Amino acid sequence: MRTCLVVDDSSVIRKVARRILESLDFQIVEAEDGEKALEVCKRAMPEAVLLDWNMPVMDGYEFLGNLRRMPGGDAPKVVFCTTENDVAHIARALHAGANEYIMKPFDKDIVTAKFQEVGLI
Amino acid sequence: MTPSDYEYLRKLLKERSGLDLSADKQYLVESRLVPLARKSSLQGIPELVQKMRNGACALTGEVVEAMTTNETFFFRDKIPFDHLKETVLPALVQARAARRSLRIWCAASSTGQEPYSIAMCLKEAGAALSGWRTEIVATDLSLAVLEKSKSGIFSQFEVQRGLPIQLLVKYFTQTGELWQLNADIRGMVQHRQLNLLQDFSHLGTFDIIFCRNVLIYFDQTTKANIFDRLSRMLEPDGVLALGAAESVVGITSAFKPYPDRRGLYRPNVAPAARGGITPIGLRAAASAAR
Repeated sequence: MRTCLVVDDSSVIRKVARRILESLDFQIVEAEDGEKALEVCKRAMPEAVLLDWNMPVMDGYEFLGNLRRMPGGDAPKVVFCTTENDVAHIARALHAGANEYIMKPFDKDIVTAKFQEVGLI
Repeated sequence: MTPSDYEYLRKLLKERSGLDLSADKQYLVESRLVPLARKSSLQGIPELVQKMRNGACALTGEVVEAMTTNETFFFRDKIPFDHLKETVLPALVQARAARRSLRIWCAASSTGQEPYSIAMCLKEAGAALSGWRTEIVATDLSLAVLEKSKSGIFSQFEVQRGLPIQLLVKYFTQTGELWQLNADIRGMVQHRQLNLLQDFSHLGTFDIIFCRNVLIYFDQTTKANIFDRLSRMLEPDGVLALGAAESVVGITSAFKPYPDRRGLYRPNVAPAARGGITPIGLRAAASAAR
């Protein structure tokens, strides 16, 4: 079973994302900010990361830069999942190495489509 | 709704749109037509049917539109579009090198996600189609969905179903929570109202026909009739793309499967050798005249 790291400071969003991704046969690991997410990745690199942008301590954009510089950090498919819904943010995320981008609010159809798009399903 | 009202609606929908409702679909009719009756300040479906029986043409058109299913999304099922990019277009680019033109028909194009997905595939083909005349004809029974399609404006939800984020950034302009396809992509698609039950030979001949997730609502006779007429609209080396749950098997011999490409079909016989086939809609009209 493949692992997806869900990074979001909202426990509600993490719970919703967990429910959707478990139904898509992913094993879920959660982190509430970018720093904790990096610790998870150092221990075991996940196959996928569902990543919020605005979080305390370390935001999703900074996390992504750090992840991509880590040994093996180029492997996970990173899908942003954020309320930052403008073209400038999307372009920055893609430039920093994001594979896909979900604009909140989201549902199972959207997550499924995006994960299919990057070959995770 | 009385059994008589339901039978009237079933017959009318079959004749006007090909929709083949089984006897147990009253719930579907009620869920779609009760809101329409309310919007038209009518008491309910019995009054709606009465108005239609009395010849309310505009209302009848609205009923047909309300009963059609317009579910669609960008790059639906992904695989047909991968086949288009990786197999169909390269083969046709080679075969049409002298003519340098391609005609594609998207039948039952709904709100536009499918024809615009095709347009983006053509754009992404880049140099291979540079200087070619490419034509995408999008047709649908419903004027309302064609109007939405023409606008090229989609909600945040719609642009997240099947559309890769790179293509969103590349081909759309954001206005608040809405996204509009850029004029160059919109300009690649021509829109026309068309009922598949009626004659469509005036559209001319095509290299590719996408007719996906519409024939599934028709009965076998209607499907066979449409398949036979579609085969006459395709170039001998042209390609028909059907929906994931659709097939020609057991319905028509006018098409044969495209080798190793599920969902794609080729015509079995050259257009010149194919005889005339009367559309179902015209047969119904002739029958009524008799």
